[in-house]
Amino acid sequence: MWSGFPLFPEEASTLAAKVDMLYLFLVGVTLLFSLGIAAVLIAFAIKYRRRSEADRPAEIHGSLLLELAWSVVPFFIVVAMFVWGATLFFSMNRPPDNAIDIQVVGKRWMWKLQHMTGQREINELHVPAGRPVRLTLTSEDVIHSFFVPAFRMKKDAVPGRYNVAWFEATRPGRYHLFCAEYCGTQHSRMIGWIVVMEPADFQTWLQGGPAPTSPVEAGQKLFSELNCATCHRPDSQGRGPVLDGVAGSTVRLANGETVTADEGYLRESILVPAAKVTDGYQPIMPTYQGQVSEEAVLQLIAYIQSLKGPGGAAGAGSK
Amino acid sequence: MSEAHSTPLQHHFTSLEQQKDAATLGMWAFLVQEVLFFGGMFTAYTVYRNQHYSVFEACSHHLDWKLGAFNTAVLIGSSLTMALAVHAAALGKGRAAALWLAATIGLGSIFLGVKVVEYHEKWEHQLIPGLRWGPAEEVGPALHLSGADVDRAQLYFSLYFGMTGLHALHMIIGIPILAWLAWRAWAGHFTTEYSTPVEMTGLYWHFVDIVWIFLFPLLYLIGHH
Amino acid sequence: MSAASETRQLPREHYLNAEYGWRSWLFTIDHKRIAILYLASITVAFFIGGAYATAIRLELVTPPGDLVLSESYNKLFTMHGIYMIFFFLIPSIPATLGNFLIPLMIGAKDLAFPRINLLSWYLYVIGLLFVLYSTAHGGLDTGWTFYTPYSTQFSHTAVNSAAVGIFIAGFSSILTGLNFIVTIHKMRAPGLTWFRLPLFVWAHYATSIIQILGTPVVAVTILLVALERIFHFGFFDPNRGGDPILFQHLFWFYSHPAVYIMILPSMGVVSELVTCFSRKKVFGYNFIAASSLAIAVIGFLVWGHHMFITGQSVYAGMVFSALSFLVAIPSAIKVFNWTATLYRGSVSWQTPMLYAFGFIGLFTIGGLTGLFLATLGMDVHVTDTYFVVAHFHYIMVGGAIMGYLGGLHYWWPKITGRLYQEWWARVSAVLIFAGFNLTFLPQFVLGYLGMPRRYHYYPDEFQVLNVMSSAGASILAIGYVLPMIYLAWSMRYGAIASSNPFDATGLEWRTPSPPPTHNFPGTPVVEEEVYDYASPRKEALLV
Repeated sequence: MWSGFPLFPEEASTLAAKVDMLYLFLVGVTLLFSLGIAAVLIAFAIKYRRRSEADRPAEIHGSLLLELAWSVVPFFIVVAMFVWGATLFFSMNRPPDNAIDIQVVGKRWMWKLQHMTGQREINELHVPAGRPVRLTLTSEDVIHSFFVPAFRMKKDAVPGRYNVAWFEATRPGRYHLFCAEYCGTQHSRMIGWIVVMEPADFQTWLQGGPAPTSPVEAGQKLFSELNCATCHRPDSQGRGPVLDGVAGSTVRLANGETVTADEGYLRESILVPAAKVTDGYQPIMPTYQGQVSEEAVLQLIAYIQSLKGPGGAAGAGSK
Repeated sequence: MSEAHSTPLQHHFTSLEQQKDAATLGMWAFLVQEVLFFGGMFTAYTVYRNQHYSVFEACSHHLDWKLGAFNTAVLIGSSLTMALAVHAAALGKGRAAALWLAATIGLGSIFLGVKVVEYHEKWEHQLIPGLRWGPAEEVGPALHLSGADVDRAQLYFSLYFGMTGLHALHMIIGIPILAWLAWRAWAGHFTTEYSTPVEMTGLYWHFVDIVWIFLFPLLYLIGHH
Repeated sequence: MSAASETRQLPREHYLNAEYGWRSWLFTIDHKRIAILYLASITVAFFIGGAYATAIRLELVTPPGDLVLSESYNKLFTMHGIYMIFFFLIPSIPATLGNFLIPLMIGAKDLAFPRINLLSWYLYVIGLLFVLYSTAHGGLDTGWTFYTPYSTQFSHTAVNSAAVGIFIAGFSSILTGLNFIVTIHKMRAPGLTWFRLPLFVWAHYATSIIQILGTPVVAVTILLVALERIFHFGFFDPNRGGDPILFQHLFWFYSHPAVYIMILPSMGVVSELVTCFSRKKVFGYNFIAASSLAIAVIGFLVWGHHMFITGQSVYAGMVFSALSFLVAIPSAIKVFNWTATLYRGSVSWQTPMLYAFGFIGLFTIGGLTGLFLATLGMDVHVTDTYFVVAHFHYIMVGGAIMGYLGGLHYWWPKITGRLYQEWWARVSAVLIFAGFNLTFLPQFVLGYLGMPRRYHYYPDEFQVLNVMSSAGASILAIGYVLPMIYLAWSMRYGAIASSNPFDATGLEWRTPSPPPTHNFPGTPVVEEEVYDYASPRKEALLV
């Protein structure tokens, strides 16, 4: 009977069990207090029921001790909730380093997903079990939200910015993918599946189908098609900054400030070059806003991230 | 204010003092509400100015700071005449109060007239987002901006029209009230015991001036001129 | 009581028969008549909003969207939210009971600004007409939250007129709050010190602070949405440098405190009910009064908990989470004090007290499930699901509407001079409590299972719980229609009430039912402490 009437969604990620533990704790506190208060309320209501219209109970003014007790005890309980919840939230927001990257673009009303090996999927995502998967999310139109109940994972896809989320699936299977942020007419049809496979099966799946172009390759192709290399030359003789190793490095800007060249900065520099100009360069780069799609921007970023600095590692690009 | 002509004390108050206290507290509460009302726009302004400082700076240079400064002086002057009107009314000098109120109306109108000139200039240069926004190849050079920054300039001008428009609306509401008060003052409705409406309108008028004192530097004086 | 009430007469002259004709109502500046105008208009809004809710629950009986199109479904939940929140819940208790009772409770002849009070009602009606106009043009589909950029750039529905309507209605709420603050400060009867004020008045004072500080921000935010739609300003357009998340900050800066606008007056009502029907001074008066203010103040600092998954920084999330937990403390203090008031009291089980019991139970569950949403790691899973829907209905329906109905029954004899039929009233209170729980308890489970809110189609495995919820909603609907009928019936046929049918303390019970136009014969002087239930009741003031 419980299969038709479940109380918990499936647990299929490393974080799911931890979220459920926290949930049980919160449910426990809720039951304790709501049933406790209901019991006392009912007991008082019966025991002290009005027997005669002439009843005149004596006044009780209150009790500082009680007031303190029922302020301080709940305080410590909520502190426990806060610490537990915040700790879990930190791990939800800190993707492991060895994660597989997936690019996610929400568009009314579908999810467009791309693996770094190039495979593109719509409304279905194949991932291996036992490997962390890092999602970079954005949207082409309105705000969407990438929600996989079985993984206890949810993150908004916001137009104009990149959000990051991650999960590590534990059990092969098919799990619901929902859009959780209302996005218009077909909001409830913006759904799909996460297909978790055994690592070996996943490798087979990756090799099936025509050889795809990886985002890095696609980005490289775009880079040359858009003639970016005319200015961004690898030899520091170009009119634009050298891009090798720039990703992840600290960039000094013309106005004296410094920024970290993360995905958001790279995106802004492609779409709105004049916003944060690297120190020592002129704001001459044209904007690519409206000329490249969100997916193309993600591919360009993937390409730029693949360009290692002279020393092989990122971080040498700051001037 | 039907009862006001016979006796200024309304039926539900016990004394004129209580009535005045209530009006004063009500006006201050209303002004707190106004601060929050403008606050939403100021928040948006602060966020976007930080995100797009160079665009805001370039757009600000397009505004005529001399006209803005002139208008600031005019409004401060109108606050002075308003204060004098309140003072005269409190002394029961109805005709003097009426004249000071008329002067306040005059200065307020000059301010709005200058604002019309400035808005007209934006219309000519096609700098009104949504209503009349020129093509990028014209707007860009006019503002010394290029590329996507031209689109960002719409953000600045949206805020410019939103904030100054809301401010001007407050003045447009204030002027007829001043005119009505001037008429009542001339007709001798205000006495040493009762001049609350002039005093309350004075608070409102000073508040509107103070909003402008924030708007002027924030909109006209970004960066070096 | 019945034998006495048969011989009892209504006072010869009272506020209801002082004048006749539509002009005497539409141009009235009597706070009691304005309260009646509000009562009639919010009842209309409530039943319109309820009709939308009925349609939503009917559609969700089956997993596929087979009753209406998705376009229509999205309008159903949007209109339900707009009518219920902006045109029923926010004005519900303050504009009706608050309007009627605050001058009576503090011994004043009227609110400080009677004309502004009437203006508030007109603004409310004009706002409502704008939204009705929007409804007539097909309604809107943005959700009551108006999230950008969907509301500004993508929705092709009648958003503008509704936005203008909400903007105008917002000023109705602001002016009501302003009137209350000034009235409570300046119009109290001699001897009525701050700590002799009924807790109903304290709760409205806290509510009014939120109305004055919060509402203007949402008004200007909605105005920006309308401007962006009409003139294509780019405030929230990411392609022009705008930030759609800024909208959420501005919106929730008001709309989270707005929840307290809905619940605080209800808490004020419950404080009155618990003390009256236990016939004993409320336990911890100072703590209940102070906790109202604490809720109003802390409530302004928690808005960011609506944005934990938008990509807001982890540290901002932590601050908002911690502050959200702090709001729980004053709420808990209230619940404990109400419960303690019953101890060694003389507890009557009349209808208003049944609603108070219902309130305490449902609000406790609503408040505790709010802790799930404040807990960062938990919120990620349950936000934007039916868990949230269940949680806020426990607060706003289980809490706010229970308090509203409890208060309406309690002061009904004062407002109309007549008694309702106790048996029917108890039946409907029980129906509402049972129907409510059957409707919304399953939604907590649905939410944890992962059913997102605002879903027209849903996977088959969620059907059983949805059917339970819809079944509960039909009971709830009967529970809400019944009071409409028997209260209306009582206005003509109900037994005549005495000036103090529940043997309560407080100035409002010392003037006739219904009260005369100017409330009291002169200015009453208060000598006794608040809720002095241990002493013999003071006699009525003679008119």
